[in-house]
Amino acid sequence: MQNRTLEIGVGLFLMAGVLALLLLALRVSGLSVGSAGDTYRVYAYFDNIAGLTVRSKVTMAGVTIGKVTAIDLDRDSYMGRVTLELDGNVNNLPEDSTASILTAGLLGEKYVGISVGGDEEVLKDGGTIHDTQSSLVLEDLIGKFLLNSVNKDEAN
Amino acid sequence: MRRISPLERLRLFGRAGIDVVATLGRSVLFLVGALFGRSGAGKPLQLLIKQLFAVGVMSLAIIVVSGIFIGMVLALQGYNILVSYGSEQAVGQMVALTLLRELGPVVTALLFAGRAGSALTAEIGNMKSTEQLSSLEMIGVDPLKYIVAPRLWAGFISMPLLSMIFCVVGIWGGAMVAVDWLGVYEGSFWANMQNSVSFYDDVLNGVIKSIVFAFVVTWIAVFQGYDCEPTSEGISRATTRTVVYASLAVLGLDFILTALMFGDF
Repeated sequence: MQNRTLEIGVGLFLMAGVLALLLLALRVSGLSVGSAGDTYRVYAYFDNIAGLTVRSKVTMAGVTIGKVTAIDLDRDSYMGRVTLELDGNVNNLPEDSTASILTAGLLGEKYVGISVGGDEEVLKDGGTIHDTQSSLVLEDLIGKFLLNSVNKDEAN
Repeated sequence: MRRISPLERLRLFGRAGIDVVATLGRSVLFLVGALFGRSGAGKPLQLLIKQLFAVGVMSLAIIVVSGIFIGMVLALQGYNILVSYGSEQAVGQMVALTLLRELGPVVTALLFAGRAGSALTAEIGNMKSTEQLSSLEMIGVDPLKYIVAPRLWAGFISMPLLSMIFCVVGIWGGAMVAVDWLGVYEGSFWANMQNSVSFYDDVLNGVIKSIVFAFVVTWIAVFQGYDCEPTSEGISRATTRTVVYASLAVLGLDFILTALMFGDF
């Protein structure tokens, strides 16, 4: 019957539209419904997170092992607290591992790099990385360099 | 040539103004009558499905094909510019934002006006010139309900869906060019896109835009058909007017909506 094919066509069309919205939501805008896979979170305190954003990646040896899920200011220590969500498979990070904020390329995006430590104890869910290295701020660096050269001049 | 006195000119100018206002008033009455009038003969759902097929499903091909090509061109152009700054990963974010915020709703509306809007105008205009509309009225069926309302609703429903399909296909085409052909790293392509596209600000605003465009384009198309001069020439003029008015309205409204959504006030 002709009506039947017509209705099937319209049904497919409506389905395609709804599917498109779902794809836009989940795949393109990264709206996550529930957590994908097994993860655990650790915290890291930085003096300066300059430029790191939520959903930046966390890498180890260049391999992405998680992402930044939240950045907020710790009221007591005046430091930036970065919440890292790490892949559940990577559950053997020593407790004295170092987290540093790095830049991809000279002007690229910021990301967190973790270098492995030597402790027997491993980081657990809710643990804290104490050994951190802050973001490289170009202005600070230039300031230090200038200060250094002025000091040298005075010494002479 | 006969000289026209200044007073006569003024009269003609005034008549043109009155015509414009009268047409606007007629079109609003027409819209209200079609959407909120008493229910007519026939099963409304069946009529709607038939129109959804004619307006929505039949427009899928042109939407999908142009979506793919526009996404591919965006990726290619964006790559060529971005690669000189060493930030070719940002091509995903550029393609997605351009499509979701602007090109998706606007190009879909323009294509829809050309593909479905002109057909709606011509169909209804032909019904009018062959006096099918007045025959329906004679047998006690309200043509606003039986002919016009299903077409309006079909347009309102199908254009936002088409616009989303356009965006998805465009982004897929862009990914194909950027990732598979130009060799942008796939992970950073999608990650950059997901970092910068927000569901509420970008995706939903695009959908709102396309709902507004759907309303305007379908309204213009159906009204032009219903209001046309019942001659062959009148139908052809009405069809042209549909495409011209709908395109201009979409482009103008797009600026206003963009200013409201993404501007700073």
